[in-house]
Amino acid sequence: MNTDSLRRMRGLIRKEMAQVVRDPSSILIAFVLPAVLLFLFGYGVSLDANHIRVGVVLESTSPEAQSLSAAFQNSRYFDVRVGRDRREFEEELVAGKLRGMVVVPANFNETLRNGEASTAIQVIADGSEPNTANFVHNYVQGTFSNWLVQQSFDAGRPEVATPSVSIEPRVWFNPELRSSWILLPGSIAIIMTIIGTLLTALVVAREWERGTMEALIATPIGIVELLVGKLTPYYLLGMGSMAVCVITSVTLFDVPFRGSVLALVLISSVFLLAMLALGMLISTVSKNQFVAAQIALIVGFLPAFLLSGFVFEISSMPLPIQILTRLIPARYFVTCLQTIFLAGDIPSVLVPNTLALCAIATVLMLLVAKKTNKRLD
Amino acid sequence: MFHRLTALIIKELLAILRDKRSRLLLIVPPLAQMIIFSFAATLEVKNVSIGILNNDHGQASRELAQRFHGAPSFRHIIYLDGVEEIAPLINSQQAILVLHIASDFSRKVEAGQLAEVQFILDGRRSNAAQIVQGYAAGIVNQFNGTQPIDLVARNWFNPNLTYIWHTVPSLIGILSTLIGLIVTGLSVARERELGTFDQLLVSPLKPYEILLGKTIPSFFLAWVEGLIMLIVAIFVFRVPFNGSVILLIAGLSAFLLSIVGIGLFVSSLAKTQQQAVLGAFAFMVPAMLMSGFATPVENMPPWLQVVAEGNPLKHFMIIIKGVFLKDMPPALVAANIWPILVIALFTLGGASWLFRSRLE
Repeated sequence: MNTDSLRRMRGLIRKEMAQVVRDPSSILIAFVLPAVLLFLFGYGVSLDANHIRVGVVLESTSPEAQSLSAAFQNSRYFDVRVGRDRREFEEELVAGKLRGMVVVPANFNETLRNGEASTAIQVIADGSEPNTANFVHNYVQGTFSNWLVQQSFDAGRPEVATPSVSIEPRVWFNPELRSSWILLPGSIAIIMTIIGTLLTALVVAREWERGTMEALIATPIGIVELLVGKLTPYYLLGMGSMAVCVITSVTLFDVPFRGSVLALVLISSVFLLAMLALGMLISTVSKNQFVAAQIALIVGFLPAFLLSGFVFEISSMPLPIQILTRLIPARYFVTCLQTIFLAGDIPSVLVPNTLALCAIATVLMLLVAKKTNKRLD
Repeated sequence: MFHRLTALIIKELLAILRDKRSRLLLIVPPLAQMIIFSFAATLEVKNVSIGILNNDHGQASRELAQRFHGAPSFRHIIYLDGVEEIAPLINSQQAILVLHIASDFSRKVEAGQLAEVQFILDGRRSNAAQIVQGYAAGIVNQFNGTQPIDLVARNWFNPNLTYIWHTVPSLIGILSTLIGLIVTGLSVARERELGTFDQLLVSPLKPYEILLGKTIPSFFLAWVEGLIMLIVAIFVFRVPFNGSVILLIAGLSAFLLSIVGIGLFVSSLAKTQQQAVLGAFAFMVPAMLMSGFATPVENMPPWLQVVAEGNPLKHFMIIIKGVFLKDMPPALVAANIWPILVIALFTLGGASWLFRSRLE
């Protein structure tokens, strides 16, 4: 009996493997898409605003105004264009070609001399990009403050505002605050979600659509054997894809890996199991590839991207949505990934998050077993 | 010919709309997602917890700590008793920032010497850490009384930087892409998989009629869906609509043409529905990342910005946010529509070429 069961499972695994290997689309999703994602996160997409395009409008031609404009040009945060007429920049602000505008009015020197530095220049940011607008304000404020201190220093009046408290910032785990160090590990969660949920849902939905699933159920194969046989190849595919992601992130993009491989493999397995179960569940419920693809997108991919804390801060979301994120496995996995890569094996983070993942995976697996079992009657 | 085409279009619409589940799936989830994700997709930082370790018992340090207490961005302040408590607090992500005041702080401040405070930040949340650091530095500077200036900043188009004014229009772009791609991507692939495509081929329909018959229904469905989302954005989310409806609809139509083109292109390459969906995905994910939705396009290196020019979603994001918030003039909208039309020409052209070459 036991050897029979093993033999049946092996047969099913071999058949599924052949299906994976022969279909170019599964290779596309498991290896090409991760490569594209890694490439984009590694070289391209980033939250680090270092080249904010601003226009500096010099309505004053005084040496001070020139010197301030030079200070903006030297700032590493800005790509500065200097102009004389604010109207020409206003149009570019509408076009989205500039994210902000600093106006140095004609009475700049006068206002400065009167000690009204706060109104000496005007800052206008493009509010349609709120995050960038905030950076524009902060960086302009910083650059202008530094310039004022420098000016009074050069003028031999260092008595202006000597600070009594200085700040010494220490950023742990990611001293340069590189967003790619966060996004690269996080992309593993996205890819595993796609493989686990979307790919599995489609594959199994097709079997239902064509009736081959019913043929399979009619064979002596048991429910556990069926699940193990179906899911093993996709589990291997997901883990292989993860290995590619980890190795590339660490070797090519210098993301530190401070935790243990064991923790990574264990937690990834639990997450992937939850995702595979979700994919199975979707296909069993929908039995139709179109519907399965839609549901997989809605409950799998988009939440993993938007509700996992991967890019967007969970603590800033409204409370009902924060509660909703607790149901999203990717949320726990992203937290674990960021900690394993950047901070190390920290039990106070990993244990509760892994337990939550285990709970979700168990519930999903039980649901799958129950749903599939019913069809056997 | 016209008769044949309408028959095919009606058949296509029926194929999607007849099934109750797929009908439901076309209407409910996009709206639900719009509502949930609009509130979720924020890069704002609020309600964060911070820790304060005050080793000093003087007046000045208490005053500084008090100022952190009153700050609206910090929901929760955890007081620590020793240096050894810092690491567990940060490690376990209970606090994103710890303010450490050394024991000689008040003495130094009173003596007029330079006193130091330390900020310890969690770099695992790089964007939030950066913003929190800015808030905290502002508080220290105020305490210093040295903040020489407090510039009055103005934000055009969105004076209070209301985040959903940015996310809702962007999500319309993303969700329309998804719907357009999936509906079109599956239409040809499904028939091919089921074998009904051959029946279509032996019918009196000409290849271009089949192509049009596949394009028009998907375009129409995605278009109606886009309009519904626009109405929700304006009347439910109350995102200000300052521009012209006609310009926006022109932009949406051009955009959906290009998306349907990509969907058909993928669809004609694919042999199965699975390949079609996964192929659509392989386009969708990078397109979403390079659209300027979560991360600004200008943060990308120049060569990648050139690549992003080929992304219709990037142009549409500019149009939709521009028309909504900026009352974008026709010339600027047109400047973003023509690249989309060029892309549409390529994708639709490529799709019809593939389509024909596959027929033989």
